[in-house]
Amino acid sequence: MAERCAVIGVGQTKHDAKRIDVSMPGLVREAALRALADAGLGFADIDAVVIGKAPDMFEGVMMPELFLADALGCSGKPMLRVHTAGSVGGSTAIVAASLVQAGVHDRVLTVAYEKQSESNAMWALTVRIPFQQAVVAGAGGYFAPLIRAYIRRSGAPDDTGVRTALKDRTNALANPYAHLVFPGITFEQVASSPMLWDPIRYLETCPSSDGACAMVLASEKAAARAPGRPAWIHATAMKSEPTMFAGRDQVNPRAGRDCAAELYRKAGITNPRRDFDVAEIYVPFSWFEAMWMENLGFAAPNEGWKMVCEGATAMDGDMPVNCSGGVLSSNPIGASGMLRFAEAALQVRGQAGEHQIDGARRALGHAYGGGSQFFSMWVVASERP
Amino acid sequence: MTEIVKSITTPIRLEYVYRPGRATSRFLRGLAEGRILGQRCPVTGKVYVPPRGASPTHGVPTEEEVEVRDTGTVTTFCIVRIPSEGLSIPPPFVAAHILLDGADIPFFALIHECPFDQVRMGMRVKAVWVSKEELAPTFESIRYFKPLDEPDAPFESYREHL
Repeated sequence: MAERCAVIGVGQTKHDAKRIDVSMPGLVREAALRALADAGLGFADIDAVVIGKAPDMFEGVMMPELFLADALGCSGKPMLRVHTAGSVGGSTAIVAASLVQAGVHDRVLTVAYEKQSESNAMWALTVRIPFQQAVVAGAGGYFAPLIRAYIRRSGAPDDTGVRTALKDRTNALANPYAHLVFPGITFEQVASSPMLWDPIRYLETCPSSDGACAMVLASEKAAARAPGRPAWIHATAMKSEPTMFAGRDQVNPRAGRDCAAELYRKAGITNPRRDFDVAEIYVPFSWFEAMWMENLGFAAPNEGWKMVCEGATAMDGDMPVNCSGGVLSSNPIGASGMLRFAEAALQVRGQAGEHQIDGARRALGHAYGGGSQFFSMWVVASERP
Repeated sequence: MTEIVKSITTPIRLEYVYRPGRATSRFLRGLAEGRILGQRCPVTGKVYVPPRGASPTHGVPTEEEVEVRDTGTVTTFCIVRIPSEGLSIPPPFVAAHILLDGADIPFFALIHECPFDQVRMGMRVKAVWVSKEELAPTFESIRYFKPLDEPDAPFESYREHL
């Protein structure tokens, strides 16, 4: 890539079940103003805006970017909208970064959001006749059989998912922006919570959230004038594959493995578990932590659960994952991927507050979407590439 | 008059005409005759049910029609215990991936006539159809799948379909 690009501003909203205190434009603006303040900039300093969100039916507003343009200061500037299902927060940041890396712009504002309380995402995600038999109940109904397949293939202990959920819910207590917070949560509480889509329990499931995330991405020249420490983008990668094809490995999808391989090659990562200090991974159902540890090459196939059970992915483990509490704690779907990317940037800037990993220098941000078919990832670091 | 309006409810409705195309038309016409029709990818030899007219892996037309059986193997499943807007089935119910005999890709369907705690990966099942008079070109011609009195399929026989 020709030009270097860095994250110089990060902002997010308080995530909640219903942000009825703000409109949709108010929500995205809250995150954008925080990112701009962090970067020491105003809307006038921004060259272009790249916005992302999940399907329009999640709010029931078609092409919402049109009526968000003025709230994001887009008048007279390029505005792009990105959509790649649940991975969109990540791919939106990557599109924004590419505008800087290509030398087109010096400062790009990128924003992702969802205001799920304004419609019903489960309804929007439930595929009906005539496309297939109407038996798949939302995302949980789609992913639960894949989790069962993972458990059977790997021989993972039944409580692996409970352990990840307990870890992420405990981490969320140190994140003031997190939606779901359960002070004093215990293993027994998670393990005894009701099955929603057996084998997925209630407390192993992400919430439906209202929330937004924003970042200011800058060229090396613009980053030099930023008041804070930049997070340098060392590599980005995106891959996709069809939802259905014969022999498709839905538990450990090839698109995810290929995306990680390309990302690591570009960033010079040879041993992810050693080379990353911290990772923010898209885990909407607790078992996906173990599954993605394998897909991302942190663990051998069928051994990702061992990292969970050994505590390797905890704040004090050798490979901390989702110190923010992750998607399990806050899930404004369109923003969930960007939050992973932004939290990775906060870690290498030393700005993650109570959930900071001391001295984090290199971090992975990851998002996936659709039927585990769209992947977006980046590597950010405290040092220039 | 100073209190802000926090929300108003504005219902929306989606109604659309679905044009299934040639391959899915064949499949739907088959269902109306109580048959399950798939198509074979000419490159990989894999049989797709329902057929989409093209191979998702090789982008070539799938022209060879293959009738598959209405028996199959449960490759994986979940037990849905909460209601979902848009689904008319009251929970709890078992939603399964079923690899029909002769097909190379699992098919989503309900399992009934079996206690939930006895549904398992590898279980052999058979389709329960609506009555002959009710058969129509729709997925609803198959009501659900029920257990067959057969030994479970070995894991190796369906592991590549997970």
